[in-house]
Amino acid sequence: MRGSVVPVLTVVCGIFVIWYAAAVWLNAAWAYDKAARSGTELSTQMLIADTWSQDKPKLPAPHQVVVEIWETTAQKKITSKRSLVYHSWITLSATLLGFALGTGLGIALAVGIVYNRTMDRSVMPWVIASQTIPILAIAPMIIVVLNAAGISGLLPKATISMYLSFFPVVVGMVKGLRSPDQMQLDQMRTWSASGAQTFWRLRLPASMPYLFTSLKIGMAASLVGAIVGELPTGAVAGLGARLLAGSYYGQTIQIWSALLMAAALAAALVGLIGLIQRITLNRMGMA
Amino acid sequence: MTGWLIFALLVWAGGWWLNARLAARPATGFTSLIIPVIFGLTLIAVWEGVVRGFEISPVLLPAPSAIAARFAASTSILWEDFVQTVIRGALTGYVLGCGSAFLIAILVDRYDFLRRGLLPVGNFVAALPVIGLAPILVMWFGFDWQSKAAVVVVMVFFPMLVNTVQGLSASSSMQRDLMRTWAAGYWTTLLRLRLPAAMPFIFNGLKIASTLALIGAIVAEFFGSPIRGMGFRISTSVGQLALDLVWAEIVVAAITGSAFYGVIALIERSVTFWHPSQRH
Repeated sequence: MRGSVVPVLTVVCGIFVIWYAAAVWLNAAWAYDKAARSGTELSTQMLIADTWSQDKPKLPAPHQVVVEIWETTAQKKITSKRSLVYHSWITLSATLLGFALGTGLGIALAVGIVYNRTMDRSVMPWVIASQTIPILAIAPMIIVVLNAAGISGLLPKATISMYLSFFPVVVGMVKGLRSPDQMQLDQMRTWSASGAQTFWRLRLPASMPYLFTSLKIGMAASLVGAIVGELPTGAVAGLGARLLAGSYYGQTIQIWSALLMAAALAAALVGLIGLIQRITLNRMGMA
Repeated sequence: MTGWLIFALLVWAGGWWLNARLAARPATGFTSLIIPVIFGLTLIAVWEGVVRGFEISPVLLPAPSAIAARFAASTSILWEDFVQTVIRGALTGYVLGCGSAFLIAILVDRYDFLRRGLLPVGNFVAALPVIGLAPILVMWFGFDWQSKAAVVVVMVFFPMLVNTVQGLSASSSMQRDLMRTWAAGYWTTLLRLRLPAAMPFIFNGLKIASTLALIGAIVAEFFGSPIRGMGFRISTSVGQLALDLVWAEIVVAAITGSAFYGVIALIERSVTFWHPSQRH
């Protein structure tokens, strides 16, 4: 792990250099255009200064995005409609609700699949097939239909998040609940353990590493679901709405700041699960 | 009205009973195929029964029969959307994205510094909501399919890169030493040992990318699109409450997604026939 700090930093620095260079390259046309209209000649230095400070650049420079994020998080009241914290919270709440629902559904389905042969044979193929339906594609329909049925706000978005996050949980939990080998199951039988005891004392603890791996994937997926679920509501609130509004009005800096916020959110949530995983597995003596 | 509900209940019970009987028998290729099919047909029959029984408005949930009728009536629209979104957008992006990720992966594998630097970053990016880049790419590449292909390239690139790099380190050092004793150079080792050993991982990446590609192409159309394409049709038809057309598009998307995934799985089976997971 320690050996990769320098390479990672180098790569990240490389990305920033490319980003700044690309900002000059992509925004140059507009800068030249502006200079030609006002009849001035652009020196290289002026060109760079201009391309890094345009209002609606094709690609905003990193510092512009950072400034925008700072202005919309720290310098705005969090109740304000223009605060990025407010929008992040809208998205985060849908993500977390959907994630909780998806995890619950996923675990329930996994238990059913492991313990019921009919369910295993008939449901499991459909659980897999269900993921080939691009749910994100039908997100608008779900939102509008639930809206017509009188359900709006958090729940429709959470439904989409749930659909995206339950699949990794089902797959991981089925694998995990089946991970105790025959020898361990036989051992439980020699102790004349009941079915419930085998489940709580052996199968469930054994599935924990699989569960946490799935939860990380599910959390990331659930955030994507919440963001896309915000698109068809006509850009009201949330990070997805910020993306859509930004694309309507050409506010590239706004798009990028919403994007970075979403990235930070995803990283924080996945990191949090990773932390819980380490603590739990440590206390269970598995890590 | 209640007749339809009773019908739905009976079909459900009958289908479950049949499946329970079949599942209790020793598994054969036939039963493992027929059981999910029966389950799926039961679901469709229950759907039809419930929609008719409760007289649910077609604006909320159209019956499967209505969807099928609409599907048959608008095949030309569906085909046009399919060509625009799947062939032009998703497939182009998929080929470009997976191809470039594969080449970069070999480069990354060649230089250990890059591997240690780029791989954590790649892992990180793969977990981010990359789909959010769609509005930016639509701005850069215009409204037509090129921007959709670009979104797909970005979405499939990192999962494919991470999987390929991981796969390239799948061969054991003992096997590599053996290649060295045969005086095999880097490229010979790569072609004869490491790429074949990487195939299970590469196909894993290709499979993940296949579902992402379709999603990316459709969602990108929500951010601006010419007047055709599956994402465009879905979002506008929802606005017009023409839900039967939306469901017809969903059927197309589901079939396309499954077929895409299935084709890759089939190729995988013939390429990685030696892998334990393929033995039955």
